[in-house]
Amino acid sequence: MRDPLSFRVLRVVGLSLLSLFVLAPIYVMVSSSLKPLGDVQGEFTWIPSTLTVQPFVDIWSTIPLARYFANSLVISLLATLCSVVLAISAAYAISRYRFRGRSAFRVTVLSTQMFPGILFLLPLYLIFVNLGQLTGFALQGSRVALVITYLTFSLPFAIWMLVGYFDSIPRELDEAAHVDGAGPVGALVRVILPSAAPGIAAVSIYSFMTAWGETLFASVMTNSTSRTLAIGLREYSTQTNVYWNEVMAASLVVSVPVVAGFLLLQRYLVQGLTAGAVK
Amino acid sequence: MATTTSTPGVVAGRRPPRRPRSVLAPRWLPYALLAPALLFELLVHIVPMVTGIYISTLKLNQFFVRRWLEAPSAGIDNFSVALNFDGAIGSSLLRSFGVTFAFTVATLAFSWALGMFAAVLLQRDFRGRALLRTLFLIPYALPVYAGVITWKFMLGRDNGMVNALLGDLGITDGDTFWLLGGNAFASTVVVAVWRLWPFAFLTLMAGLQSIPNDVYEAAAVDGAGLWQQFRSFTLPMLRPVNQVLLLVLFLWSFNDFNVPYILFGQSVPASADLISIHVYQSSFITWNFGVGSAMSVLLLLVLLVITAVYLPLTNRRLRDA
Repeated sequence: MRDPLSFRVLRVVGLSLLSLFVLAPIYVMVSSSLKPLGDVQGEFTWIPSTLTVQPFVDIWSTIPLARYFANSLVISLLATLCSVVLAISAAYAISRYRFRGRSAFRVTVLSTQMFPGILFLLPLYLIFVNLGQLTGFALQGSRVALVITYLTFSLPFAIWMLVGYFDSIPRELDEAAHVDGAGPVGALVRVILPSAAPGIAAVSIYSFMTAWGETLFASVMTNSTSRTLAIGLREYSTQTNVYWNEVMAASLVVSVPVVAGFLLLQRYLVQGLTAGAVK
Repeated sequence: MATTTSTPGVVAGRRPPRRPRSVLAPRWLPYALLAPALLFELLVHIVPMVTGIYISTLKLNQFFVRRWLEAPSAGIDNFSVALNFDGAIGSSLLRSFGVTFAFTVATLAFSWALGMFAAVLLQRDFRGRALLRTLFLIPYALPVYAGVITWKFMLGRDNGMVNALLGDLGITDGDTFWLLGGNAFASTVVVAVWRLWPFAFLTLMAGLQSIPNDVYEAAAVDGAGLWQQFRSFTLPMLRPVNQVLLLVLFLWSFNDFNVPYILFGQSVPASADLISIHVYQSSFITWNFGVGSAMSVLLLLVLLVITAVYLPLTNRRLRDA
């Protein structure tokens, strides 16, 4: 069936305008990152006067970008690892067992998603201060505090999504593993995990993206040694000057890992996102 | 991606879970498996929220932060201050709620409309469809600060791309302050929509795939126009998707902190003073944590009322989830 002409015209025009809206900031980011400083301080120019990769060299010395990058990487990877392990464990319990409190647990965990971070930012900060005083380990300002915080942000969605994946794995496979002498954990490791690998990959990239982009808690809970990219990138603005070409170069550099990961795994993430949203 | 006919979660949602067989598992096993996840959710979300209610009854300022348990009680003073709409603090809180509602309605409406528009246009296959679908997801995949900081650069008065574009096209004279005064509201909405609409697009696109193609073919044979097809098949069949999508879009817009924080830093114009950033600045800029917590409690109440009104609509789905 051929689409009517009017629909095809609408499609070309509509999708072109949307593409421009989506791409304009991407174009500004990429082109400005290749401009000399003079180009970004005057009126905006569509084409760089000269192409230079100098901003990509300078970003590392203007601010301690490598340290912020390392902080973000360590925090995001640890938060992802913990979140995925806890989510696998919880999702396995929900998918394979019926027990008292099962739905209460799901409602509690999901409901934490609806409240803004600002509601628990300050009390959590104070609790970390107290825990620090009790244990002698300064939690506030440490990377550990951010890992703990970030892992809970992606946990509800990760559990929700993995329950969907686990439910779709036939129970006969568990039973076969039991016949072979595997316990519950053995069945999880030998049967469920390999079958749910795409889901686990998708949950991982989601958790990583969540931690990598988080701004609110990073703005309060980090100090100069634990600062992450979300806060560090602001330092390209000084009292007198904003190094916009470096800001754009740095934004590009910090975006590449997550965008690449997202685009690689988008198929599985989309399945999980929509499974969550459609239900 | 879009050619997948069934998603695992959806399949699972439709099939009632079978009776478990747990010959090998002791009764405590599921609880042990859930405990770590529950512990962290309690520590980071539930306990602090309850603590926040307690803090809202304290006279808590910078002198008491390190030993906040010793802060003197304030009774309901913090609430009186926050709710005194004749005073400076109360009136700006009220204004912030108003701005937040306006922002939420605008962001939700535009994000949903753009997402629906794109999803319908990409419903049937044509050359370049897969490329566009990937392209449209990029704003959602970018780290929020990278995307928003680029917009901040674009919206600058003297060296921004937006003024250059509008000036070149002759629409404005090209020296508008986009990040000041009333314009800041429109700028914030545009940036938020840019980030959010791909999610609406994604969700609606997946929802559209569940509508069988022959419905449209039959309708076309009967002479139904495209708009009629959209009205009588597409929209009704997307109803369950829309119920959840609108709630998610609402909560994300209403709770948005990142967009105004990254666009404006410490000096947020009144027209873009969303509630999250308002509470943040009331607490961390003025160090008035008691009043800040009272505002948080009020925000919590507003959100609870809104979801209590909305949730009965989606209740069944949430329980099934």
